[in-house]
Amino acid sequence: MSTRLAKGGRLIDRTKPKNFTFNGKRMKGYEGDTLAAALLGEDQMLVGRSFKYHRPRGIVASGAEEPNALVNMGQGGRFEPNQRVTTTELFDGLACTSQNHWPSLEFDVGVVNNYAARFLPAGFYYKTFMAPAPAWKHVFEPIIRKSAGLGKVPTEADVDRYEHFYHHTDVLVIGGGVAGLAAALAAGRSGAKVLVMEQTHHWGGRAPVDGGEIDGQSPDDWTAATLAELESMDNVTLRTRMMGSGVYDHGYALGYERVADHTPGDDRPRHRLWRIRAQQIVTATGSIERPLSFAGNDIPGVMLAAAVRDYAVNWGVSVGDRTVVVTNNDDAYRTALVLKEAGLEVPVILDARDQATGPLAEAARAAGIRVEVGKAIAKVNGGKRVTGVSICSQAGEGSAVEDIACDAVAMSGGWSPVVHLWSHCGGKLIWDDEQSHFRPDPDRAPTGHDGQSFVVTAGAASGAMSLADVLSDAYAAGQQAAKAAGGKAVRKAGPKADPEATQPMAPVWIMPQGAGHQKRMKMWLDYQNDVKVSDVQLAAREGYESVEHTKRYTTLGMATDQGKLSNINGLAILSDALGQPIPATGTTTFRPPYTPISFGAIAGEARHEIFQPLRRTPMHGWHEDAGAYMEPVGHWRRPYCYAKPGETNEQAVHREVLNTREKLGLLDASTLGKLIVKGPDAGKFLDMMYTNMMSNLAVGKCRYGLMCSENGFLSDDGVVARIDEDTWLCHTTSGGADRIYAWMEEWLQTEWWDWKVYVANITEQLAQVAVVGPNARKLLEKLGGMDVSKETLPFMQWKDGKIGAFDARVYRISFSGELSYEIAVPASQGRAFWDALLEAGEEFGVMPYGTECLHIMRAEKGFIMIGDETDGTVIPQDLGLNWAISKKKEDFLGKRAQLRSHMTDPDRWKLVGLETLDGSVLPDGAYAVEGGENQYGHRNMIGRVTSTYYSPTLKKGIAMGLVKHGPDRMGDVLSFPTVDGSNTEMKARIVDPVFYDKDGEKQNV
Amino acid sequence: MSNAVSALQGASFDGYCKVEEAGLVGMITLRGDLSSEGVTKAVKTATGAEMPGQGQITEGAKGRAGWMSPDELLLVVDHSKAADLVAAATKTLAKEHALVVNVSDARAVYRLTGDAVREVLAKLSPADTAVMVPGQLRRTRVAQIPAAFYLTDDQTAELICFRSVAQYAFDLLKDAVQPGSEVGIV
Repeated sequence: MSTRLAKGGRLIDRTKPKNFTFNGKRMKGYEGDTLAAALLGEDQMLVGRSFKYHRPRGIVASGAEEPNALVNMGQGGRFEPNQRVTTTELFDGLACTSQNHWPSLEFDVGVVNNYAARFLPAGFYYKTFMAPAPAWKHVFEPIIRKSAGLGKVPTEADVDRYEHFYHHTDVLVIGGGVAGLAAALAAGRSGAKVLVMEQTHHWGGRAPVDGGEIDGQSPDDWTAATLAELESMDNVTLRTRMMGSGVYDHGYALGYERVADHTPGDDRPRHRLWRIRAQQIVTATGSIERPLSFAGNDIPGVMLAAAVRDYAVNWGVSVGDRTVVVTNNDDAYRTALVLKEAGLEVPVILDARDQATGPLAEAARAAGIRVEVGKAIAKVNGGKRVTGVSICSQAGEGSAVEDIACDAVAMSGGWSPVVHLWSHCGGKLIWDDEQSHFRPDPDRAPTGHDGQSFVVTAGAASGAMSLADVLSDAYAAGQQAAKAAGGKAVRKAGPKADPEATQPMAPVWIMPQGAGHQKRMKMWLDYQNDVKVSDVQLAAREGYESVEHTKRYTTLGMATDQGKLSNINGLAILSDALGQPIPATGTTTFRPPYTPISFGAIAGEARHEIFQPLRRTPMHGWHEDAGAYMEPVGHWRRPYCYAKPGETNEQAVHREVLNTREKLGLLDASTLGKLIVKGPDAGKFLDMMYTNMMSNLAVGKCRYGLMCSENGFLSDDGVVARIDEDTWLCHTTSGGADRIYAWMEEWLQTEWWDWKVYVANITEQLAQVAVVGPNARKLLEKLGGMDVSKETLPFMQWKDGKIGAFDARVYRISFSGELSYEIAVPASQGRAFWDALLEAGEEFGVMPYGTECLHIMRAEKGFIMIGDETDGTVIPQDLGLNWAISKKKEDFLGKRAQLRSHMTDPDRWKLVGLETLDGSVLPDGAYAVEGGENQYGHRNMIGRVTSTYYSPTLKKGIAMGLVKHGPDRMGDVLSFPTVDGSNTEMKARIVDPVFYDKDGEKQNV
Repeated sequence: MSNAVSALQGASFDGYCKVEEAGLVGMITLRGDLSSEGVTKAVKTATGAEMPGQGQITEGAKGRAGWMSPDELLLVVDHSKAADLVAAATKTLAKEHALVVNVSDARAVYRLTGDAVREVLAKLSPADTAVMVPGQLRRTRVAQIPAAFYLTDDQTAELICFRSVAQYAFDLLKDAVQPGSEVGIV
């Protein structure tokens, strides 16, 4: 059993106990524990079930590489699945539950999959697609859905806060072990600005566990002294609980700071995502120990040798009373020595090498530990917990020569540098035969805009395996990065350790090397996804030669751990099966994030009211107070209608239409785009931007204009007013202001850079109100100020003056067909102006109206709407707007495109009015069909509805649509199949699109 | 005009920095040839400030002049005088190709005060606020909206955004100065 030792634990404070629960069971740990350490301290070795076979899973590792021990963490608004216990700090009141089992962790019916393993081979998921189609839906999918999966989905919204933080630095050091600190020391001493991040809450990495001396000090003492020096430097920033998540182009890197995971509810942001721009990045990310592939290597109690050591030294936790150590290298001997010193038993060290001659092996023998060379584990005995191992010769096929009782196995298959961050942005790897691992190739580093390297690795992440090598490599890396980032040369020597003699490791990919199929089916490569040696070999036999394909086919190295333990072992097996050297197989792609980061951190502050910017007009508050039903228009919210108590939105819209047509309506038109275009060449410029002529517009007058893209398609429309000799004001659609402003700037900056034109977007400077209806003039006359009579201010003209006390620019323009004034006042006075109009307008029956009323009134008049009648494929000619396309102009944007054969095709669908025979309302977007079928067997379509409303004015449905040969077919009746499932058709007659006041008498009064 | 109000009418929030809407602020966009004598004169007349260099904002007796682009300046002046100053500058520049336009009401201005003012801005803007000193102007973004800001001293920043997103900007700043969210990098 695993237990807390009476002594030891350099990271824990035994005077500060912390209570927590696992599956409802009350447990105790100490401050400084990880959840993994606390669970093991309470003998909770079994922590979950595997993904596919539901096999019992125990803690394997002690850090970010842990594949098994994922739990559902927290409750309610702080519930989150798949939390890794090895990287979770213990806190009082922590509550977690195990995942992926039913009904309980101890007894899981899903484990039958285990016995059916031979029916769930590699690629099982894909193979089910090959079966008859109904089998997928009725057989495989339900089975896979039930058995697969990790944690539970949260049911409540996250109650925590998150934020981003932008940081700029000369040198970013990722990793706070002795390598990272040595690199930081070098960079800090150069005067460069340095940020150092460490993913755990303590500095020094694993050097204090592994021992040795740095400049004559213990690694712990050296770390403390180095931190003190770094803290004294103003140019160095040190952060713990912050993981280097990704390295991207141009020295961009993400730091994932877990500010308050260990103090939930203390009002701090839970996570903070650091968005870092660094000139140089040092990755001091250490290395990860590899498992060994022997039968039963997934049984709880089999752990990485260094993890067993970590639990003993860092947290005073014994993983078992009797631990068998199995290894192919010297490092695992450290574990045996640590355990022995803690008073625990190590029945045997199984060294797969033919001899064990290194100093550590000698020390183990001297400590009285039995060392067996050339030996391997034939199989691990036990179910939910290791009970013993059978040992055999590594060279043979696995005949057991001896059974040894034990309750833990510490395995070491060698070490792989953490190359992830190096690789994210294109750093290449080389295969190191001596260490049997991929390590960064310093000659093929990630490069920046200047073709120079911007990432350098430090310490074990470079492939340095001894303390002495780690320190010299890391200090040099820090110097290199600082120099490249412009720091001054550093003379001061870096930290040193004595060289140590080691015996080379021996690559061992299968244990024993001649193991038969039965054994290989029990050798786990990927614990999380249940991928075994036999699965990878099967994939190779089925033709999967690419490591990327094999990964997806077998799921090796997928999901939350991304194969931190399994990748190298898996591709060694694949290489062997393909009969090629490992470097020829290569690795899968390393992509950010290094370990999963929260969606909250990615979203940052963008939640609730600041999820997205919401644009408000000066009158927005009035609309809200009036209970307006708002609709999004771009990022604006505009009133759709103002329903009164007891009124539906539809009734409100109809009331607003009739009131505006009969009396007086007010529309908040502030969202309309307003662009000032000024300069000696402004007229020439606008002639290019618009399809019609703007240069000859007289000062004081207005003209409706169309804008097209260079491909001829209608892009925006609006009224243009000539302000003075070289100044025009262009109105754009509400959603188009920023886009058209950018469009104008682009042409001015890239194509016509020598034209003298300036543009300014003054959309938000002005509040604009449309005063519409037969009583509009009466209202303005009552307020007093400027003369708004027909004679002084005729239709399609504008004037500056005063309305009441307000400085105003008044346009006689109409999008409704009624007598209409659009009045612009400074935005700061917009609300006061609106209030004044409402108050004075009461006697004239004033009512505000919303966007739907606006739409209906314009449709009654046959006015097009950008986004309804246009969809990016429509040209002005389709809409019968030829009158607005100048024939005099030599050129305008879109002119040439509109001459292409497809644009002049007489078969193009063209705008018409549509009127149902029974007065009902056509569905929006409905298609008109005629006899016959097209090449796909669909009915031939000859048109579609673009706008459709019930007209309260005309008391019937009206619509506009684009119809093939439409304008030539006036009076024809078309069929529109419905899509409501009734299998019926609606009949509508083609009519003129202007339904109301065709001669414009009402607006021109 | 007594009817005139700023977008948030002086709303404020005390966090680990103080956020307050600055009320009505006059602003003028001036586009033209920044090397011309006329523009220099117009800037001096309107603000009393010298012509700002690239990325700079200068201060005069009557206002500030900020460099926005190679052919655009932002003049920060008294709100009530903005319209008259536009007219005067337009007259000064009548003979050259220039555009002077009142944008006072198109904007909202926030004042941030506190020791951590650079840190708070760095939560929202990708600009390197740590190296910013008074006299510099950054056109950048805060979260999802365009914005510009400058420091008036080491504890005070003024941030300009569009009026329609004034509430969003205020809510953003409020969120960024929440006690407990101090990064500790001042």
